[in-house]
Amino acid sequence: MVNVLLIIFIISLLYVSIANRIITYVRVLALQGVILFGVTFLQLKDIQTWNLVLILLETIVFKAVAVPIFLAYLIKRNKITRETEPYLPHFISLLIITMIVVITVLLANSIRDTYLDKIFFIVSLSTIFTGLYFIATRKKIITHVMGYLMIENGVFVLSLAVGNEMPNLVNLGIMLDVFASVLILGIFLNKIGDVFKAADVDQLSNLKDY
Amino acid sequence: MMTAIYLISAFVIAGLFFVNRNSVINNILIIIFGILQTGFTIYGCYNHNTSVLEYFTFDSLGLLLLMTLSVITIPALFHSYLYIKRHDETPQSRAIYFSALVILITSITAAYLANHIAVIWIFTELTTLSASMLIYHHRNKLALEGTWKYVFICAISITFVFIGILFLSLSLHHAGSDDLSFSNLMLYKDQLNPFWLRLAFLFIFTGFTAKLGLVPMYTAGIDAKDKAPAPAGALLASVLMNLGFVGIFRFYALVAHTSLFHWANLIIFIAAFTSIFVATVYMTKILNIKRMFAYSGIEHMGIVMLGLAAGGVGYYAAVLHIMLHALVKSGLFFQYNQIYRTFQSKSIQNVGNYFKYNPTGAIVLLIGFISATAMPPSGMFVSEFLIFRALFEGNYIILLILVLLLLTIVIWAFGKNILKILFLPVPDIDETKIPKISPWESLSQYILMFMAIWLGLNPPAAFVQLIQDAIKILPN
Repeated sequence: MVNVLLIIFIISLLYVSIANRIITYVRVLALQGVILFGVTFLQLKDIQTWNLVLILLETIVFKAVAVPIFLAYLIKRNKITRETEPYLPHFISLLIITMIVVITVLLANSIRDTYLDKIFFIVSLSTIFTGLYFIATRKKIITHVMGYLMIENGVFVLSLAVGNEMPNLVNLGIMLDVFASVLILGIFLNKIGDVFKAADVDQLSNLKDY
Repeated sequence: MMTAIYLISAFVIAGLFFVNRNSVINNILIIIFGILQTGFTIYGCYNHNTSVLEYFTFDSLGLLLLMTLSVITIPALFHSYLYIKRHDETPQSRAIYFSALVILITSITAAYLANHIAVIWIFTELTTLSASMLIYHHRNKLALEGTWKYVFICAISITFVFIGILFLSLSLHHAGSDDLSFSNLMLYKDQLNPFWLRLAFLFIFTGFTAKLGLVPMYTAGIDAKDKAPAPAGALLASVLMNLGFVGIFRFYALVAHTSLFHWANLIIFIAAFTSIFVATVYMTKILNIKRMFAYSGIEHMGIVMLGLAAGGVGYYAAVLHIMLHALVKSGLFFQYNQIYRTFQSKSIQNVGNYFKYNPTGAIVLLIGFISATAMPPSGMFVSEFLIFRALFEGNYIILLILVLLLLTIVIWAFGKNILKILFLPVPDIDETKIPKISPWESLSQYILMFMAIWLGLNPPAAFVQLIQDAIKILPN
């Protein structure tokens, strides 16, 4: 069951690579939040109640509901165009993300480690690299933020791979998620929409050395 | 016990700053925090090598950097007070500024003393939050851009550090332990899995370079130091960089005892050399005074890391250099505000003949320049020279020659700009508009600069002992 969920997670990455509308990204992020809850619930055995509540809050309430709603609100309020406007065509994005997944699979297979759950490792690494790829190839600031949120999801999966014996690290990861997302989304993205009319990265090039 | 009091009262003071709208109470709080920070440092000196609250230890490195921090804190508070008073800030913006400043200083203090990698990580994250509030102080378009870049890059870096910690815990699993404090890691250093440790080092090193100011993550810091008010920029350019050094140093001390020692040195050499190269390239073109100081910081961090990787006498020199750099660079940033008040411009093109308008401040700038380029009478000459000696003794001759060449270009570029600021008159300047600046405002800068010279040329025995003790955990 965990494997099925994780494979759906990988497929969501491929899906997002060819998505044409920004709202699809938001929906995929919400879906990933739900999947993460399922994985955590099945993966972490004998966890305390408060720990479970924390994880539930983080994945379902925060990742799957609050952040997507807020992103959708931002898109609407700042009148961000609905296209994703990548620098590269979708087909190439799809190819590159497939390559990322294949390479991480090969990488994971070359590691001989009994402590490591390979599929977690593959999913987390490919999510992290996909997030970095989105940051590098998308034009809008909001897609950068979504790329960052995707990296966070990847880190969350990675912390689950290790976290079976160390629930504290999972909690620490949750702290990272909440803290950084609130900081980035809440304070600054809100402001950037007000100050910069078109929310493109091209607007953010006024700080120069000469 | 005292540590808990310090942390709680510092956060209470930050909260009071935040809710308070009265300027008299604000000034009283500034003084209270100054006393608290100094008192805590003195307490730390008397409790050398004791652990408190389980996660904090007054070890030698932490103590040295804490003393540097507290020495810089007093003028930082003083200049912040002047800055806020002069700019006719609203009570709200003043409240946010000071509470962010107090949280920044407190979290840097806590991160210096932390003996657990996750605790360092938490407080590093807090510094990102408080620093971003300081950078956004002016609330204009450029400040927002600087803040956005800083927050985004720091968020990615902090994620990298977290990934590194996860890999480190995987590595520690092979040794059958799960306590990530540095003393425990040292205990199991022979049984750590090298593959995961290698990945952990890469990620943690890359993550902390955002704070330290090395390639690849240095970019955010430059904009941050440019856009933050100068007294806050002084902290970002000195003690916050030291925080990155602490993070890397403590982890490097562990890696240095494993089979990855030479590989880690290679990584550090590459990052350090490219940093010096990048700083040199930008320094030759730069026109913004604050960014020039910031790039000079990147260059110095490169030199420090060269010293750390070269080993031998380089360890001692690296720790000495980073402290002296903090003193000198914060002095330059404090001084910058007076330049801005005189000429109302950041650009070197609009600034000139500073000696005529403010001789006291001009001498600070001159001493700062001599120190920052490590010319002989300055303290940083000693530490930089020792680092070069370490490189020479370690048979890194080609690297040494390249670095010396780059540094010559840096000195030329830096000197060209500073001498222009000091002596060349600017054509169209309205001399009636230039304000008179009290020489007393430069006093703290003189103290910082002379401290840097004194500690470099004639360090007290206790100080040398502390540095020796701090580098004892590194292999010879």
